[in-house]
Amino acid sequence: MSNSTIGNRLSKKRNSVQSHYDRPNTLNSGHRACQGCGEALAARCAIDAAYHAAKGNIAIVNATGCLEVFSCVFPENAWNVPWMHSLFGNAPSVATGVAAAMQVQGKNVRVIAQGGDGATTDIGMGTLSGMFERNDDVLYICYDNQAYMNTGVQRSSATPVLARTATTLPNSIYSGNELGTGKNVPEIAIAHGIPYVATASIANIKDLEEKVAKAINIKGAKYVHIHVPCPLGWGYPTSETIKIARAAVECGMFPLFEAENGKIVGSTPIETVKPVEEYLRLQRRFAHLFGKNANPQAVEELQKIASANIEKYKLSGGIVNV
Amino acid sequence: MLFQLEGSQAVARAVALCRPKIVCAYPITPQTHIVEGLGELVRSKKLENCEYINVESEMAALSVAIGSEAAGVRSYTATSSQGLLYMMEAVYNASGLELPIVMTLGNRAIGSPINIWNDHTDAMSVRDSGWIMLFAETNQEAVDLHIQAFKIAEKAKCPVMVCVDGFILTHAYERVDLPSQKEVDEFLPDYEPHISLDTEHPTAIGTMVPPEYFMEVRYLAHKRQIDTLPVVECVGTQFKEKFGRKSGGLLHEYNLEKAETVIVTMGSVAGTIKDTVDELNANGSKLGVLSIVSYRPFPKEAIREALKNAKEVIVLEKAFAVGIGGILHQEIALALQDLGIAIHSVIAGLGGRAITSEMIREYFNNKKHDNMVFLGLKEDVIDREYRPIKNSECNNKF
Ligand SMILES: Cc1ncc(C[n+]2csc(CCOP(=O)(O)OP(=O)(O)O)c2C)c(N)n1
Ligand code: SF4
Ligand SMILES: [Mg+2]
Repeated sequence: MSNSTIGNRLSKKRNSVQSHYDRPNTLNSGHRACQGCGEALAARCAIDAAYHAAKGNIAIVNATGCLEVFSCVFPENAWNVPWMHSLFGNAPSVATGVAAAMQVQGKNVRVIAQGGDGATTDIGMGTLSGMFERNDDVLYICYDNQAYMNTGVQRSSATPVLARTATTLPNSIYSGNELGTGKNVPEIAIAHGIPYVATASIANIKDLEEKVAKAINIKGAKYVHIHVPCPLGWGYPTSETIKIARAAVECGMFPLFEAENGKIVGSTPIETVKPVEEYLRLQRRFAHLFGKNANPQAVEELQKIASANIEKYKLSGGIVNV
Repeated sequence: MLFQLEGSQAVARAVALCRPKIVCAYPITPQTHIVEGLGELVRSKKLENCEYINVESEMAALSVAIGSEAAGVRSYTATSSQGLLYMMEAVYNASGLELPIVMTLGNRAIGSPINIWNDHTDAMSVRDSGWIMLFAETNQEAVDLHIQAFKIAEKAKCPVMVCVDGFILTHAYERVDLPSQKEVDEFLPDYEPHISLDTEHPTAIGTMVPPEYFMEVRYLAHKRQIDTLPVVECVGTQFKEKFGRKSGGLLHEYNLEKAETVIVTMGSVAGTIKDTVDELNANGSKLGVLSIVSYRPFPKEAIREALKNAKEVIVLEKAFAVGIGGILHQEIALALQDLGIAIHSVIAGLGGRAITSEMIREYFNNKKHDNMVFLGLKEDVIDREYRPIKNSECNNKF
């Protein structure tokens, strides 16, 4: 995929915000994320893109979680934009308040709320749904690393089935996170009929930037769900974050699509669909499915999920490189 | 101008006179009429340049106010009881972030068992949260305290909770004097936010504070609350100068010069107590009443001064801490500890149980004042329902 590298010089049009000489550095160096943190990378790319598209007029409300903790420990602050943190489960409501206040003051400031998957799909689900339903003028970005990382890798409702977390340890009875569980929040967002919903991945930064840039200037509630691998929680070398993100997209486990006003309007087809196993084998959280006590049935279950995604979101067919 | 109004409508109109730009709330009895009133004022454009946000929970109600206040506009919400507990995390957050939100608390009991009627258990559950907490005695004072609350909050950089007894005040029709918009505008200047999400000067609000600084943050919050005592007092005085009536301030003193026994209380029950005290004093008793308006910050010195001539103090309150006893009682006892005054505790009016003059008279007729009395407790129900815990394995040392 020629469009997925930062600083692509082949075509000016395909350049990412990150490759601009005037990239805004909204999330600056010096924060405390782990090396290779997918969330830090995604936040920087997303917020830089939003900043770019809104000409600097953005304000951020951050839920509690890794992103909040690593970016802002008094007296340090890695953000170059107005930023606030209130609680774990209320970022959508706080953002509603910020957006309403900007509006009554006649200020053109685009408001972003952001949080991890736990903040989004679990504890903040009520406030998120309220913000969607009222169609408040907020862009919500979920950085989905598929577990509660900041508290030590516990299961959330975004944890994939069969994955190992600190609260879904595989043993002789259980094979990781139980089958038949989990919540698809992009689909729930679409069901609210809000103007814009998209999924994105740090494996495809240009696409991520375009989606955020589009979303930030739409009036009403918007939702962008970004897949962000976590070396600590998933168990892989810190140099492989992008590789793993790409593997998730290429096997269909993480489908990339866009929806407008309650309907899916497009998806990013996969050039060459890869087997799920290639993605799983890269991570320790799925290691119990292979090796001595291999569980090919479990791998098959995960393959079914990926294949269903490929069918549902029309991901096979390849893209034409420009 | 004088109006015959339901307490909630009077509060709604007082809040509207303060020109909030954001009002958000979630329904809970007995707060509902206040926010319905405000919603109607916003929708009919009688309250202009204000957005009314219908949220999905109390957690959202206070969180929206946190966001809007942090983005620089005057914000208001209201709740009661279970709603206050549901937003509890945000209650501490609002004071920690120093956001001068004003919230009405229509005081109501907390379940289980669920009970929609008045007592002060809800307010007591947030007494340590860092909010300024003012208690209204009458509907007129409820109106006046809201106008003062915005001024106090914005001066003190601290949220203010105005406690208004559920039903007893919120649903009672009384005559109230509502000031004109012009008068309120003169009294309450435009809101100048002290922190705000500003794209010109980006700052981070609500960062994590590590052990190296956290003690200082908390200490400073305490110091600032203590510094707020003269602010509460002074805003009350300014209010009297402007509107010609005494409302608010730290304390209301009634017949304290001659009193040997003083009843200390908070909220609307002070009225019943004063009436009863008048009757009893006409028959030779020497009783006075001290009602606390500013519960937080706690006016310890002013209370000591007001009670210095008392021989006996009876703290009558509509809440208590299960397993210990009266909450206000403990605080008053601590404030007066070296003055040699006998202090008794009366728990009354829980879950909306009426507190009548007869009950208070009977309490005084029954000369020996036990340390803790539950006024009007139905002994027959207790006898029927009480089951001692069978505990033969442990010898009973307590
Ligand atoms: C009300 C509340 N419950 C629990 C916590 C503890 N907590 C803080 S961060 C966190 C995990 C965050 O997980 P997620 O939202 O997925 O973000 P991540 O750290 O994975 O990026 C938890 C459980 C809290 N701060 N507040
Ligand atoms: S634990 Fe994971 S999400 Fe958190 S900072 Fe480290 S890499 Fe990033
Ligand atoms: Mg997470």
